[in-house]
Amino acid sequence: MIKAWFKSGLPWIWMTAGAVSINLLLVLGLVMLIAVRGLGHFWPADVVEYHYKDRQGQSSIIIGEEVDESLLHKTQAISAGLEVLNGADYLQQYLIKTGNRDILGTDFRWIQDQYIQDKSTPKDLIAVERREWGNFYGRLLAVKQNGQVIAEGAKAWPVAQELIEKNLQLFDEIDHLQKKEMGSINYNLERLRLKQRALELKNEWNDSNKQEFAKRKLAYEAEYKVIQEELLKLSVANKCCSLVVSEAGGREISIPLNRVIKLTRPNSMSALDKSIEYIKNVIAFISDDPREANTEGGIFPAIFGTVLMVMLMAVLVTPLGVIAAVYLREYAKQGFITRLIRIAVNNLAGVPSIVYGVFGLGFFVYILGGSIDSLFFPEAAPAPVFGTPGLLWASLTLALLTLPVVIVATEEGLSRIPKSIREGSLALGATKAETLWRTVLPMASPAIMTGLILAVARAAGEVAPLMLVGVVKLAPTLPLDGNFPYLHLDRKFMHLGFHIYDVGFQSPNVEAARPLVYATSLLLVVVIIGLNMFAITIRNNLREKYRALEN
Amino acid sequence: MTTEAIKTHAIDISALNRGSKTTNDKFDPCITVQNLNLFYGSKQALHGVNMEMPRKKVTAYIGPSGCGKSTLLRCINRMNDLVDGVTIQGKLLLDGEDIYDKNVNVAALRRRVGMVFQKPNPFPKSIYENVAYGLRIQGINDRRVLDEIVEKSLRGAALWDEAKDRLNDNALGLSGGQQQRLVIARAIAIEPEVILLDEPASALDPISTLKIEELIDELKEKYTIVIVTHNMQQAARVSDFTAFMYMGELIEFGETSELFTNPAKKQTEDYITGRYG
Repeated sequence: MIKAWFKSGLPWIWMTAGAVSINLLLVLGLVMLIAVRGLGHFWPADVVEYHYKDRQGQSSIIIGEEVDESLLHKTQAISAGLEVLNGADYLQQYLIKTGNRDILGTDFRWIQDQYIQDKSTPKDLIAVERREWGNFYGRLLAVKQNGQVIAEGAKAWPVAQELIEKNLQLFDEIDHLQKKEMGSINYNLERLRLKQRALELKNEWNDSNKQEFAKRKLAYEAEYKVIQEELLKLSVANKCCSLVVSEAGGREISIPLNRVIKLTRPNSMSALDKSIEYIKNVIAFISDDPREANTEGGIFPAIFGTVLMVMLMAVLVTPLGVIAAVYLREYAKQGFITRLIRIAVNNLAGVPSIVYGVFGLGFFVYILGGSIDSLFFPEAAPAPVFGTPGLLWASLTLALLTLPVVIVATEEGLSRIPKSIREGSLALGATKAETLWRTVLPMASPAIMTGLILAVARAAGEVAPLMLVGVVKLAPTLPLDGNFPYLHLDRKFMHLGFHIYDVGFQSPNVEAARPLVYATSLLLVVVIIGLNMFAITIRNNLREKYRALEN
Repeated sequence: MTTEAIKTHAIDISALNRGSKTTNDKFDPCITVQNLNLFYGSKQALHGVNMEMPRKKVTAYIGPSGCGKSTLLRCINRMNDLVDGVTIQGKLLLDGEDIYDKNVNVAALRRRVGMVFQKPNPFPKSIYENVAYGLRIQGINDRRVLDEIVEKSLRGAALWDEAKDRLNDNALGLSGGQQQRLVIARAIAIEPEVILLDEPASALDPISTLKIEELIDELKEKYTIVIVTHNMQQAARVSDFTAFMYMGELIEFGETSELFTNPAKKQTEDYITGRYG
């Protein structure tokens, strides 16, 4: 009976189907986990007010968001130095995000269910997102302007919102002036200095260009002064107002308005309001710069850096890999040596990525970059230009890392082009090179794209080598901006993968960073899927165009 | 087996009349093969072949599978160069010039000697681009010139009426017979002197085959044609001269009418009457 069942092949089918299901479950589980944990972070949670009476019998009020809970067995709790009341078997604990780091010293605190006297969500509790010190939770008392109270009690809320709106605009203007305008002038001044240094090195620094340079420098400085004055005006306007708030303990605190990003009353928001707030939070996360050692704010520079680096990698690896594959498959005499090369190429794919990182640092950064610096940028010395980790070297290192994938895929594609097509072209008087360019390579392009898709998938998720050749925790400027030559290949950049590592494991505020790790992971997955989808779409179009292989 | 063979023979003779018309013309050799030996590695595939193929006539190679007729055909445009380990001895003259001379530009030679393969092999491009391919290779990109030649070639390959409204469609959308005519159009677009046909109809249905055969009849007005075929009726129908090959040797070569009705060699007679092969 069993034997017949085995013979029928059914168990085999069940086994294979089971393997596929397990794979699917694993992938789905992973995506679900990071999606739920990551996306939940942006939902405006209720702010809860606890009346708390701790072990020593002291009463206090705690205000904050409940972010986690845990159930400890009593032996565990007692060994951790906690006390379990009323002979209960388990101890229920909650993790509360209390914010107010400037007052309390920490953002988070565990409280025990058994000590909670009362728990409520009053509608007047506010949550303030600040540029420094994390969130503030408490109550809004008044709004002050130049030291004078201008609104109090119920009237304070609309006035505060209006002022915050204005302040944010001011902040944007200041930010623009500082980063774009001043940054541009500083950049130009630096270039001027380098030019002068270059002329000095060439012994061409004479009176005529001395005057010329002085004139240009003066012009830049005048521009700078104008902007500086404007900035001063703006920042005075920016500093005028503050919020008067009371924290859980009842102390009154003043928060300067220019430190406030958002003021909300989560408890009085409807589901719709919260949804809108949620979407705003997600957008801010994707489009803002990070703050507070990356534990707050957005991750736009990391997304930008990742995508730009991967694209640059693709641009570098494709021609290199395709040309190598063409030689190996089309021109080289097939034999022992080509076999050896193929084995070597395949083994390259198995080299740990950190080894590529070390190679990139040693060869690209120090040898190649150092030589470029001494040949083309002597004026910048001792500061390195290309002799330091940067975008170009990171892309090149990853291009090297993914080269085997592209070579193998391209070779595969070339070997699948029917002989008859090549002969057809040759019979029309085309040379081998013309045949390759006009017929074979276009027909192999879907296979090349497949190689590129695999390369992109691998490169976008790679972190280890990047830490050595160009990724940093915080890059002050994007590698692409409005200053000539626009794409700055020598700049360091931020990367989502490294960001996850940095936020999750190098951050001083672990609890605050945890949801960001999930959110960033989700975003990294989304970015990789996006890049892949883009490449797959191109490949499918090419496939449609060169369908000859099917018949 | 025998009855079928006799039938074949009967059809052969009835189809001969067309070929015999040319008997009176003066023999003008276009391609001359002189003592040609070809080796694949150490295996000899052609043994001392000598032959003269006349200009603007159709010469057919017949013989059993593996007898070397395709190999000989592929010598004429040096397609065998692509095979690893091929050595060729002897001479092959096109208009008196040895095409195996060191100074011969192979690409230029192949422009003079077009070829159509057994399986239609259009490029995965539009019909128009397929025909224009050889011209673009030569650097002709003027749209007016291309338009003109594409139309002329497609007309020449009897495909214009079917293809004129879909010139920009992918050539792979054509039927097998149309594809084969497209490949012929592609070959004649670069105005070769010689067209080599390697079993051009073997992958086609009877109606398409008929069209190809009619086309060959028209093409010989302008081109020297060499055709390899498995099908003896086809050889009898389309060719003026026939070469019978066996085991890499040229057994007999002569006017088609002569060879089919009155073969000089016993082997030839056995083959065309179906006694072996």
